[in-house]
Amino acid sequence: MNLNGSVLLSYLSIYLSAAWMTLKIAGLGVLLSALVGMLCSMTAYYRIPVLQRIAAGYIEISRNTPLLVQLFFLYFGLPKIGIRLSGFACAVIGTAFLGGSYMAESFRSGLEAVEQGQRESAESLGMSRLQAMRYVIFPQALALSVPGLFANIIFLIKETSVVSAIALPDLMYAAKDLIGNDYNTGEALLLLTASYLCILLPISMLARFTERRLRYAGFGN
Amino acid sequence: MPDSGISLIFQGANFWRLLQGLWVTIRIALISASLSLMLGTLLGLLMTGKSRIITILTRIYLDFIRIMPQLVLLFLVYFGLTRLWGINLSSWTASILVFTLWGTAEMGDLVRGALVSIPSHQYESAAALGLGRAETFRYVILPQAMRRLIPPSINLITRMIKTTALVEIIGVVEVLKTGQQVIDVNRMKYPTGALWIYGCIFVMYYLVCRPVSSAAARLERKWRG
Repeated sequence: MNLNGSVLLSYLSIYLSAAWMTLKIAGLGVLLSALVGMLCSMTAYYRIPVLQRIAAGYIEISRNTPLLVQLFFLYFGLPKIGIRLSGFACAVIGTAFLGGSYMAESFRSGLEAVEQGQRESAESLGMSRLQAMRYVIFPQALALSVPGLFANIIFLIKETSVVSAIALPDLMYAAKDLIGNDYNTGEALLLLTASYLCILLPISMLARFTERRLRYAGFGN
Repeated sequence: MPDSGISLIFQGANFWRLLQGLWVTIRIALISASLSLMLGTLLGLLMTGKSRIITILTRIYLDFIRIMPQLVLLFLVYFGLTRLWGINLSSWTASILVFTLWGTAEMGDLVRGALVSIPSHQYESAAALGLGRAETFRYVILPQAMRRLIPPSINLITRMIKTTALVEIIGVVEVLKTGQQVIDVNRMKYPTGALWIYGCIFVMYYLVCRPVSSAAARLERKWRG
């Protein structure tokens, strides 16, 4: 296969803006899903009666359905009952809906790993529940859940590749488009692979690095 | 007057067709998963071996496969192979190939992790008891490794089923594609069809994946203590 250099160069700007789209969706999706995940894990940690059940139900549903199906439902299904969202909003909501459950699981395992004594000690020092969570439990739980959180971030960035199916111009869409229009399959696929490597490789290296660093901070347990 | 979309699901052979589509999805997932379980175990054993070259090669394979979105891998195999070597795979074969490559990487890492996680004193104690290499593996290592391995392997199967939704994009006629066809044919008669058909597919995926993933969770809880 011969690659054409000038074609590669002319595609570069398309891929750059496509990568930006991928990053925007993934970034917002990750932030929202972290928020959702944190709330869900808190309801389980404090055993809040009704909310705990709702969160558990949500996690079940979100973990057992594919993102593509969730997106199709949001993008093609909901407008039929008058809920009309833009493709971008659907993509972000879909990513957050999917990611929230994964984040919740990571936070939950982190919270569970913090010893009960920490909470009791904090309370015996006169801290309120909120203070105990904010200053004692959560920082430790966060450190413990970092490997899981990184895995989720990488997973979610990868998952966003399906948003091209609801016509958002992300990396996957750019490749599909260029293959269809110009027939330069080799160039399009090479740039696609390279783009994802450029985004994901640094993150996965960072994940490995922080994981190694955090292992030293074992907090005595 | 247009009818409510919910009756579209059960009209004619629609529901039956959706189920057939679902079966295509599940078949791809099951074939790839069983291949991955076997090849992945092999890969995991290779990775725990002593050879430096094999460790590096398997590491590169693992990292590349795991870092690429599965959809990109599908494109690389389905469009790339044709372009590169003129190999024309059907979308069905391409899907199974990609999911097996991916599953093998995931499974290999699980097997490696399970083997590495067994503390070395287990090997040493077995040796002190006079067990041979094969016996140590059979009676000491394998039972412990299995307990760590089985729950995530079952989870891998649900991940496989969920990820096979992607094959629709390279043109396999599975449940989503069938759903689209049903919606398109009935667009005039059932304007709200999309809501119900996609909702139905959503529920189908849930009903298929839920028992498998809860079995994995149950085994994990049982064996953790």
